[in-house]
Amino acid sequence: MEAPKELRYSQEHEWVLVEEENLATIGITDYAQDQLGDVVFVELPEPDAQLTQDEPFGVVESVKAVSDIYAPVSGTVKEVNTELLNTPETINEDPYGDAWLVQVEMNDPEELDALMTAEEYERFVEEEQEDADE
Amino acid sequence: MEANRTPLYQVHRSLGARMIEFGGWQMPVHYTGILAEHRAVRAQVGLFDLSHMGEIEIAGPRAYAVCQELFVTDIARIRIMQAQYSVMCYADGGIVDDVIIYRLAEERYLVCVNAANRATDYGWMAEHNRGRADLIDRSDEYALVAIQGPQAQAILSQLTSHDLSAIRRYWATQGEVAGVPTLVARTGYTGEDGFELFVPAERAERVWQACGAVGRASNIVPVGLGARDTLRLEAGYLLYGNDIDTRTTPLEAGLQRLVHFEAGSFVGSEALRKQQTDGIEKQLVGIKMEGAGIPRHGYTIWSGDQEVGVVTSGTQSPMLGVGIALGYVPPSCADSGTPLAVAIRNRYIPAVVVKPPFYRRSK
Repeated sequence: MEAPKELRYSQEHEWVLVEEENLATIGITDYAQDQLGDVVFVELPEPDAQLTQDEPFGVVESVKAVSDIYAPVSGTVKEVNTELLNTPETINEDPYGDAWLVQVEMNDPEELDALMTAEEYERFVEEEQEDADE
Repeated sequence: MEANRTPLYQVHRSLGARMIEFGGWQMPVHYTGILAEHRAVRAQVGLFDLSHMGEIEIAGPRAYAVCQELFVTDIARIRIMQAQYSVMCYADGGIVDDVIIYRLAEERYLVCVNAANRATDYGWMAEHNRGRADLIDRSDEYALVAIQGPQAQAILSQLTSHDLSAIRRYWATQGEVAGVPTLVARTGYTGEDGFELFVPAERAERVWQACGAVGRASNIVPVGLGARDTLRLEAGYLLYGNDIDTRTTPLEAGLQRLVHFEAGSFVGSEALRKQQTDGIEKQLVGIKMEGAGIPRHGYTIWSGDQEVGVVTSGTQSPMLGVGIALGYVPPSCADSGTPLAVAIRNRYIPAVVVKPPFYRRSK
């Protein structure tokens, strides 16, 4: 499993990248796409939609399962990666790159403090896997 | 309770399969990915471990009579070494299980049953057998390996001296595969040509590895239950527990062709005869999405502003690239071409009734 250092991670397996002060790019993690399997459908919000931290804002579907995507931070949707609607398999191929989902103007950057670092996330996933193996 | 392991469990682990529990068994759901495995079976060939399936033998001088009573299909029509898809019903017409009956001899039948129903089926058979025939659960003795896809015959013919081209669809033969005594059946659940190999459990790995080795030149891949499900749904095959169960009858499920009233009474024949006279209230149909969205088990089906039914199986068809489903609707909504909608997350996505199979292989 890959977890780039510059990102922050949620317990629901979304990542956040903050490049400019209030602008957050959101996607799902490598671990999440691997657990899902082949992604065949994506549902994303419209621009200007309001996201609330820990609330679902979109859906990814693999062949077998439907999964909600949870907002790792609250804010207003500025950009939507509409390319994914036609090529959902990008989520399996490049979860941290071309498969970004939305870009959000954050309401409260302090919400980022509730997210995990890459190291914390790796440990979190290891524990989740151990639980699953029991 | 710990889930059962098939004789090929370690093989799956070493192939890096992702395992799930299914019908009380630890089974591979996929190895590399459902889509790749699905496409491999359609384009070349795939290898399946189906050893979780049950095999119950009905034999002895009264076996024919017992089978006539248990199954809705006329057993007299099944020739020796022929295979027949059928169902067992309860007295009310609800389905106990769907099975494949292999007639191995005049009075010897091997019934392949769903893994999760094995105990129920055996109990049901025993109840109606009333000691007449020998009823033997051989599930632990057999492993079941399926090789499915357009290259299946070419590969398997390298492992047996038997002329496979002489085995027609839904026929079988006793032979040897890779030196292992095998019931070779030209049956399957994928919509492709292929074979199902009933082999002694302790020799399963040899047959599996031999198929893999010989198939390497044809890019054979192991296929898990995930692709097995998408393949069978594209081919329009039913899944017990989803599309049929104790609350559905063969007439509702579109299996009229299996029900032979003229062969005499069988368990459920009275109820089914009555239903045939009175008419059915729900009917299994194929549904193809016309808008973006994947129909799933349990989603509701709508005609205008009326909820008319429910999806029993659904997926995104890997070959067609659209959502496909099976579901029950009233007969008034069941004609091909009827416009319907499937409710997906509170939106009504347009769909249309089609006659399965959704995908048909090119000859």
